[in-house]
Amino acid sequence: MRRLNGLCGLVAGVLVFGAVAGCGGDEGGSGDVTLTISSNAIAGGKNAEEADWITNYVIPEFEAKMQDEGTPVTVEFEPSGVDDEDYKTRLALDMSTGEGADVASLDGIWIGEFAEAGYIEPVDELVGDEVDDWDGWDQIPEAVQQNAMFDDKLYGIPAGTDGRVIYFRKDLFEQAGLPADWQPTSWQEILDAAQSLKAQDGVTPLQVNAGTAMGEATTMQGLLPLLAGTGQPIYDDGSWAGGGQGMVDALTFYEQVYGEGLGDPLLQQEAKGRDESFQLFADGKLGMLIESDYFWRDVINPEGIAPLKNREEVVGWAKIPAQEPGSGIDGQDFVSYSGGGARVINPGTDHPEEAWQLLTFMNSAEAVEEALAGSARITQREDVNEEVLAGDPMLQFISEEVLPITTYRPSLAIYPQVSVALQEATAAVVSGTDPQEAATQYQSELEGIVGDSGDIEQ
Amino acid sequence: MNSTVRDTLGLIGRYVLVGFLLVFFALPLLWMLATPFDSTPSLRAEVPDLTLDNFKVLLDNPFALRSLLNSVVLAAGAAFLVLTFAALASYALSRVRIPGRDALLYALLLLSSIVTGTAAMVPTFLLMFELGLIDSQLGVILVLTGGLLPAAIFILKDFMDSTPRSYEESARVFGASPLQVLGHVVIPIARPGLATIAVWSVVQVWGNFLIPFILLRSPDKSPAAVVMYTFYTEGGQADLSLISTFSLLFSLPVVAMYLFVSRRYGFRFHGGIKR
Amino acid sequence: MTLATSSSKEDARRIARSDEDAAGLGRGRAIGFVAPALFLITVFLVFPALWTLYLGVTNYRLTGIAAADPQFVGLDNYLSALTDERFRSSLYLTLMFVLGSAVIGQSALGFTVAWFLRPVRKGVKVTVEALVLLAWIIPSSVVAFLWIAMLDRSGGTLNTLLGTTGEAWLLEHPMLSIIVFNAWRGAAFSMLLFSSALATIPPSQLETARMAGARGWAQIRDVVFPNIRGHVLTNTLLISLWTFNDFTPYLITAGGPNRESEILPVYIYQVAINDGGLGQGAAVSLIMIVINLVIALFYLRLLRERRS
Repeated sequence: MRRLNGLCGLVAGVLVFGAVAGCGGDEGGSGDVTLTISSNAIAGGKNAEEADWITNYVIPEFEAKMQDEGTPVTVEFEPSGVDDEDYKTRLALDMSTGEGADVASLDGIWIGEFAEAGYIEPVDELVGDEVDDWDGWDQIPEAVQQNAMFDDKLYGIPAGTDGRVIYFRKDLFEQAGLPADWQPTSWQEILDAAQSLKAQDGVTPLQVNAGTAMGEATTMQGLLPLLAGTGQPIYDDGSWAGGGQGMVDALTFYEQVYGEGLGDPLLQQEAKGRDESFQLFADGKLGMLIESDYFWRDVINPEGIAPLKNREEVVGWAKIPAQEPGSGIDGQDFVSYSGGGARVINPGTDHPEEAWQLLTFMNSAEAVEEALAGSARITQREDVNEEVLAGDPMLQFISEEVLPITTYRPSLAIYPQVSVALQEATAAVVSGTDPQEAATQYQSELEGIVGDSGDIEQ
Repeated sequence: MNSTVRDTLGLIGRYVLVGFLLVFFALPLLWMLATPFDSTPSLRAEVPDLTLDNFKVLLDNPFALRSLLNSVVLAAGAAFLVLTFAALASYALSRVRIPGRDALLYALLLLSSIVTGTAAMVPTFLLMFELGLIDSQLGVILVLTGGLLPAAIFILKDFMDSTPRSYEESARVFGASPLQVLGHVVIPIARPGLATIAVWSVVQVWGNFLIPFILLRSPDKSPAAVVMYTFYTEGGQADLSLISTFSLLFSLPVVAMYLFVSRRYGFRFHGGIKR
Repeated sequence: MTLATSSSKEDARRIARSDEDAAGLGRGRAIGFVAPALFLITVFLVFPALWTLYLGVTNYRLTGIAAADPQFVGLDNYLSALTDERFRSSLYLTLMFVLGSAVIGQSALGFTVAWFLRPVRKGVKVTVEALVLLAWIIPSSVVAFLWIAMLDRSGGTLNTLLGTTGEAWLLEHPMLSIIVFNAWRGAAFSMLLFSSALATIPPSQLETARMAGARGWAQIRDVVFPNIRGHVLTNTLLISLWTFNDFTPYLITAGGPNRESEILPVYIYQVAINDGGLGQGAAVSLIMIVINLVIALFYLRLLRERRS
């Protein structure tokens, strides 16, 4: 009995301690302005460099700057570091009650749905016309600005972008008698190269993301670039791409890859299939992989999660070709898709002026360069890109050759559902459905999703 | 058949079964024992290239150890509340016929499955927002307790029903108040059942991601279940060196707790007095 | 019949008849005892649960126009769920999952461990019990990684052991994989239940049966089951409900491949979080509760039959 009492006492003590500690406030400041930044980054975990940049550079520098100008400000950082969907959920919950950070990071494709829900508002309405006076706009290309826009209104400042290419193993290519400076100009050339690789033992020739397990990675790295190669962007001026000839052709490519043993169909279904494909490439068991620069920067980086010590020597990259030369969007020979996020100002903020100042500070040339922490990455500012990408041929390639030909996804509220429909179409083809049928199924799914809110173009 | 032969076959059969059970339950655990010590961790079972680096990286992480402490706070808090309130309620419900109690209990049990799912996310969040309990560990404890209570009462009541009343009656005769009877007579008898509920509550809270995730904002209040999900890369790939090591550390406290409780109190559901 | 048996019957009768207030609680104080729990439950469980059910008749979404201005849609969500092929197949999979892994799997495993381990030497017994419990208390997110590693196609523990490298368990036998997984995971609860229940059987009854020539299975059927049936049913109800609502298989198969292992909790997750359709998700949650209710009523009827 006494023992039980002791245990109860201990537990109760822990509970009280926890409650007090948990309820304790953590605000600084004594009446001055406090701003909070939120981002899906956390020290020691996901996007750790960004978290460190915010904590160690942005906050001290900005606070010092504002102190000098006579308007002291306290800035705090609210880290997350979880799965993007979960981060989005939590952000939406906060914003729905008017709470949340003053400056928040969003993925470009969420802008539409958050705007429609009333969670974010155009910056010029929140801050005023001075928004147009910011000199940084000259350094951010129009296309990248789209990442922070919805319905022709600007909601924040875009934050970086990326591009997709075909990575290939030069060593495997050499063994198969293919050139080290390979650049395919049509889908057929990709398939031919894959056929040559197939002869090698224990090598999977090609990985084109498919299926629902890989989520948005299937759409962005798989179906959308292929569709673009037939001349269709997923969304253009009010109409969505439907299950017409372009879609059928793109899905037929999938059938040719996975039906003829040029790819591993099982990988597309596994929960960790994408991780697995990265490891295979790093181990030299996968010949070609269509991925974004994230793969180069974070995965096969010697300190990445599937490190490849001699990546400069054995890894090559090539632009994704259109179906035939000239058949891509706008008559292009090559295509790509890009993503990117944006930082927005929370309409629930008490200090929109100061929030805007913080936002522009975070997007100044010095801050953006500082964020890279010496590594190379494609930023939203052209001046910074010019300087930092010089040392990294892969990223320079993306910045100079891929970004000019790339397409962005629409930031419309229903895009995520359309993306799921696209993923399901690829899943169907990989498990044996006829491409024409899968395209028809996609068409009817799309009709259900779009409803009255848009057209569908065949 | 000769009974000695049958006995021997029975014995062999029994040990084959034991062997199978040992392998079946131990096999999946191997990954967690090998991978944290591997310098090239992967999802495959391989002979590890031994190193303690992964632990060092984890200890450098500012949130890892703190989150384990947070998990303890949340789990202990919820278990304490669940135990106390469920013991009181299940005892009362077992001894006194309150109209509609069975139906109510079943209804609550069914409802508890909604709040533990994803669909109740928004109402729970908005409720806690109105109560001013966002980013509060107390808030998380209260929500989790509310969700666990119906099942706890259900199990404990079943347990209390099968403990004989004779001791309580004797105590009553000696002039003990109902609260004293509960504390001095019933609780000691019910201790194994209570211990089981305590362990069960801790286990439920320990691994819970959703509620702490939507209610807490500061990472230094977040429990291990949430922090574990930050060990991924920008693209969503798992950082196995962190995750496998953290998994090991994450599991140890609950294992320790189980060993402690089972040694002290033993686990039982029914039976009360041993024959 | 021996004296021992008849006195235990009397005890049972006493206990059954006695909703008797042995400690003199009285109705008032009893309600007082129940009040704190009831208060917490009402505020933190009932209120959000009912609110969620209300969401089920709207088209509420977390983002988009329907977030700013949700519309009342009556039974639309329910109708579209019930007529959705995907929902129906998910329901079927869930029932199979519960039947296979809980009713059969966990119970059989739990009983096996409890029954066959009784005469085994203490050291071995404690080790097996500890392993079974470990499987239960290790957090879900960790357990998911353990099983993905074990069933991995190329280098997983199982394939390496059996020499069947290349066998894609999770892709070719997804339901079997998650059923075995869940049986492994939850056997501990049944094991605890059965070992306690078995300990309450008067040894004299087992002795009598054995002297009368009943061995093994007959012993179990004629002596053990009648004694423990009531408790078994109540607790089987619990594990059925818990398994019905268990989300963990998502972490292993993500409902795939191609929704072949998409049980209802995974279905709701996909609908509510990934598609953002919270109104829809809430509606399906209510449908699940109704199904749980049907299952509970079924068990209750079985229970009542046993008692009488």
